[in-house]
Amino acid sequence: MLPFIEHFPVLIVVISLLSSVTILVVGWINRKASYFIFITTIVTQFVASIFLLAHVLTRGPIRYWLGGWKPPWGIEYVVDALNAYVLVILLFLAFVCGIYSKKKREHELPQKVVSFYSVFQLLITGLCGVTVTGDIFNMYVFIEIMSIAAYALIGSMGKIGKVALKASFTYLVLGSVGACFFLIGIGLLYSVTGSLNMHDLSLLLPPLYGNRVVQAAFAFFIVGLSIKMALFPLHTWLPDAHAFAPAEISAMLSGIIIEVSTYAFIRVSFSVFTINFLRLLPILDILCWVAGGAIIAGSLMAITQMNLKRMLAYSSVANMGYIMLAVGLSISVTSEPWNGLTPALMHILNHALMKGCLFLVAGAFIYKADLWLINDFRGLGRRMPYTCAAFVVAAISMIGIPPSVGFVSKLYIVLAAIEAKKIVFVAIILLSSLLNLVYFWRVIETMYMKRAEGEEHSTSTHVSKDEAPFGMLAPILILASLCIIMGFFWLAKVPMPILNQINNMFGLVKVP
Amino acid sequence: MIEITQSFKPILALACPASAAVLIMMSSRRPNLRESWTLIGSAAQFLIILSMTPAIFAGHTIECYLFTMFSKVQFGFKVDAFGLLFAITASSLWILVSIYSMGYMRSLHEHAQTRYYFCFALAILGAIGVALSGNLVTMYIFYEILTVSTYPLVAHEQSPEALFAGRKYLAYLLTSGVFFLAAIVFTYSMAGTTDFNPRGILASTSWSKSALIILLILFILGFMKAAYIPCQSWLPTAMVAPTPVSALLHAVAVVKAGVFGIVRIVCYIYGIDLMDELGLGVMLASFAALTMIGASLFAIAQDNLKRRLAYSTISQLSYVIFGVALLTPMGITGAMIHIPFHGFMKITLFLCAGSILVSSGKKNISEMAGIGQTMPVTMLAFTVGAIGMCGAPPTAGFISKWFLVWGTLQAENLIFLGVILISSLLDIVYFFPIIYTAFFGKLRGAESNLNPLNGVQEAPLSMVIPLTITALFSVIFCFPNPATNLILQLAKIAIR
Repeated sequence: MLPFIEHFPVLIVVISLLSSVTILVVGWINRKASYFIFITTIVTQFVASIFLLAHVLTRGPIRYWLGGWKPPWGIEYVVDALNAYVLVILLFLAFVCGIYSKKKREHELPQKVVSFYSVFQLLITGLCGVTVTGDIFNMYVFIEIMSIAAYALIGSMGKIGKVALKASFTYLVLGSVGACFFLIGIGLLYSVTGSLNMHDLSLLLPPLYGNRVVQAAFAFFIVGLSIKMALFPLHTWLPDAHAFAPAEISAMLSGIIIEVSTYAFIRVSFSVFTINFLRLLPILDILCWVAGGAIIAGSLMAITQMNLKRMLAYSSVANMGYIMLAVGLSISVTSEPWNGLTPALMHILNHALMKGCLFLVAGAFIYKADLWLINDFRGLGRRMPYTCAAFVVAAISMIGIPPSVGFVSKLYIVLAAIEAKKIVFVAIILLSSLLNLVYFWRVIETMYMKRAEGEEHSTSTHVSKDEAPFGMLAPILILASLCIIMGFFWLAKVPMPILNQINNMFGLVKVP
Repeated sequence: MIEITQSFKPILALACPASAAVLIMMSSRRPNLRESWTLIGSAAQFLIILSMTPAIFAGHTIECYLFTMFSKVQFGFKVDAFGLLFAITASSLWILVSIYSMGYMRSLHEHAQTRYYFCFALAILGAIGVALSGNLVTMYIFYEILTVSTYPLVAHEQSPEALFAGRKYLAYLLTSGVFFLAAIVFTYSMAGTTDFNPRGILASTSWSKSALIILLILFILGFMKAAYIPCQSWLPTAMVAPTPVSALLHAVAVVKAGVFGIVRIVCYIYGIDLMDELGLGVMLASFAALTMIGASLFAIAQDNLKRRLAYSTISQLSYVIFGVALLTPMGITGAMIHIPFHGFMKITLFLCAGSILVSSGKKNISEMAGIGQTMPVTMLAFTVGAIGMCGAPPTAGFISKWFLVWGTLQAENLIFLGVILISSLLDIVYFFPIIYTAFFGKLRGAESNLNPLNGVQEAPLSMVIPLTITALFSVIFCFPNPATNLILQLAKIAIR
């Protein structure tokens, strides 16, 4: 008999899946109940994920065999420090977005609340599944569940016009191509090893590292997941999808969905293949350059945007560049505390906080005043003081001004790049923080410094406040304050034991 | 060996503006309460900083480290004589400028006063943080806080001109922040530490001479707040800010944080010996000399009083860089004491400019003919400040210039001596016309009722008192007394 906590990996996925169906059924009878089932499930999952993280850190990884079938025949769920860490981030952001969604859905999609929450829960099921699974084909299945739920949610704002449907369709086509590539990769690996279990594969593959089929499989994985994570130049689906999805889904897309694809990439490259394989070929060097291109291109395109959500979307392209650059540098950096995957995983959390906050703020503007374009934000700083203050904090963090989380990420990646002796990337990161300044400051300036129309000549100090409802404001403020608080935590290296354990697991530490 | 005292006083000193900022924000509806928070915060901060002097005089340094960021880099504060010198300057002037701000902002019925006081407190937090920080990384954190928190003050007016100034300000200073960060990271990877050490930390590294020179250039670019030519143009543009901001931030806190940083780099990161060995002193001094002369020439051409003062600031800031670059004990002393002395004198000038603006609405020097008769106290204070800028006795400017001249003699460099003298001469050239116009100038139609200065009186007391106090101090600093001793003593300990 396993201790109860060792059932958590599968429970997190199963209760989520069941809840998704329950929401639909119960919602038929009582519409209001759907939200409560949804939020209760997420809270349960979130608490479970924290227990998992604590357990994994103290006792080591949990291996759960589905139906008692021993791998490599059965499906195995493995939770180690890496997935527990990602799981906590993902469920935390889902929880925050869930609270936020209540008011927003009642306002925007009153007839479809039930189906919205049902699909949202399905999305979370997919995300959790990708994270906990230890079986590569199972991972593919969950990637598809997550993506299909995301296609539906992006299209749910159909009332704003066909753009949302077009965005959803573009994502559907490109996402399917990506998933297809991933599946081809799995097929190729299966054809040479006959196994689908990640741990098993990592034992079978080393003698085959020189094999062309294995190398081709890895190439398919990279390209497939690069589409999923919107790595430049495969990002074309992302801007529209982010811009026209409901705000909390934009926040999830940008803060978690593409990050989970990054997680899948890290899992495939470091767990299935190992650093020995990555050292064999110059894959990660190429990845660094691609990521460098993503950072610059994403920032430049963000500067040209007039629509706030599109601007944030291009900023996400740049930030995926940050994460992948950090992944690319990981095998050549060994000195603590910026060794290995630390900067990459750190930025996954930081980006979730910052971008989550920014998208929720953008959603609040749309909720209160139907404002999409940056130029229309004149005078908002006084109408919605708390929302705008949160935007400033998160934007400052994106620019990388201390002591915010963005600063710590920037500092760690720069230190890693210097240790890897790749000075070019130091320049790219620093340049990009200036480009971030250009496009974020434009928004801040419009919000605070430009007077609203009709107000140019009045010197009255009083403007009637028109703040977002508390249910939307609270999540925004929580994320914004975490942008600063986590900054201090990172500087004081509070979460480092988790990341060190991950680096140890993948052999990314200094060999004594 | 310097003894180390552990103390939480640096944290307390920073907590004052931080809590003042929060309280200001919370009492935005009640102006009197809001402004009393500013006053209480500034007074408390000054007393806490002053209370650190006995330990410093006893030859200790005060340390307060909170947590480790990287190996050998801690987030925390180390107060030495030089840092304390800057901290005392900034915090004492904050009290005076707070009183002045109340008069200024209320007289002009400015909008968004809560934002103004809030950002002001944050900017002081940044400046004091820069002064007290114990290593480059901590300094960088506060340096950037200072940059960002000053933006709303520069763009306060929210006119297109002010917005442009704000953008230019951020563009210059955050770009420089990027260079600063790059320089810090290279220093760390070279020396393995970023602590300030009186002997320098780069001396024992294996990097080549050219790498060290490039690093210094990166650092200098990183301290664009020092407004040296050719990176000076943000400062005159930023003069659209309300006058108290120009006074405290663009004569003391922000720009002095820049030169303070350069002195820190030269004396505490490179170390005097290494600078001398690399021959960087002469290069840096020539560079500063260019600004000293060039900015003075620019100043002559300005008609807007605040812009002329801004160019004068640019020129005077380079005195500090120049003094340090001489790499002689007297030169460095001169540089260090020029930070507080110039602070007091320049703030007097700016406060006078603000008073003139409030009482008469005049911004340009050509319109100020005869204003000395209607605003005698203000213009007398202005005259004192102007004499100080020229370095003539009996003002504080004379003392710092005396040390600088001595420094050039110690460096046995007569060309640099000539530079100081020429620059002083130019100072007279652009300050004398202002004083002359104010006291003896006549405007057309002055005899008739059309005189635009009719009805102009002295500014409110809350503005006149601070500027009188700073003017008095500018004179007092020329004579031996406890205040002068404090500053000279700190400078002496700093160069020991």
